[in-house]
Amino acid sequence: MNGLLRFTPVRAWMVLVGLTLLSWALTERSGAARLATTAVVVIAAIKVRLVVAHFMELDPGHLPWRRVFDAWVVAVAAIILGGYWLT
Amino acid sequence: MVATPIAVSGKSAAVQSSARPIPGDAGVWVFITADICAFALFFLLFTIGRVQQPALYDHSRQALDPNLGLLNTLILLTSSWFMVRAVQAAREGDRRRIGLNLMLAMVVGAGFAVVKVFEYGEKFAAGITMLTNEFFTYYFVFTGIHFLHFLIGMGALAVCLAKSSKSELDARYVTWIEATGTYWHMVDLLWIVLFPMLYLLRAA
Repeated sequence: MNGLLRFTPVRAWMVLVGLTLLSWALTERSGAARLATTAVVVIAAIKVRLVVAHFMELDPGHLPWRRVFDAWVVAVAAIILGGYWLT
Repeated sequence: MVATPIAVSGKSAAVQSSARPIPGDAGVWVFITADICAFALFFLLFTIGRVQQPALYDHSRQALDPNLGLLNTLILLTSSWFMVRAVQAAREGDRRRIGLNLMLAMVVGAGFAVVKVFEYGEKFAAGITMLTNEFFTYYFVFTGIHFLHFLIGMGALAVCLAKSSKSELDARYVTWIEATGTYWHMVDLLWIVLFPMLYLLRAA
């Protein structure tokens, strides 16, 4: 993650667009629906973290806020994936 | 001799990074935290509904056009990137680059509204409303509330743009544009979760 934290905004944007297109390819083309959908939600959680770190500029130094946002993304991914795997 | 300034510069940047104050002010972060927690509750409600009626949710989901959701994700990510550039320009006191990047953030961002209005229109034309079923109630309420956030963000961007040409580019302006940027990225962040949850949860 340290390497990622040194991303310039344009590199962060490129990675975010790349991850968006990757998750798109997974949903549209993959036959393994459950695995692909799980990957899509995990990718969304990674994208949230990238936005928080590189667009919102919440550095590791801003520890209490960073923890709040990290807890939020973990909770949201767990809710969505937990519900998905229950069905 | 060459390595020294690089090492010093690298250390200095690292120290500055960890010591940098939070962008905007604490107030906007409190507001955003409360807002994303409200959305987390929305995601929980949706998930509970989906667990209870998986077939209905999957069937309804298939009436959505994921291409439009994808397009709106790319639009918001790109608009967010221009916003980051506008904030950087404000810190450097570059009035021309602030205006240019805010303008680009707004022009690209406006595409989100165009797509959303088209998408809502398509649904209404197909006879789908928020009363159709529980999935569409959540779909219209959540995307509607998110759209309201988007409109408020566009308004704040317009204020930043107006101020950039008239106001002094002092610390107060930087705080203002940083807070607006933080809010604008939150709009992006919420869509990053809403899009897969509403459009892409394929039943196995």
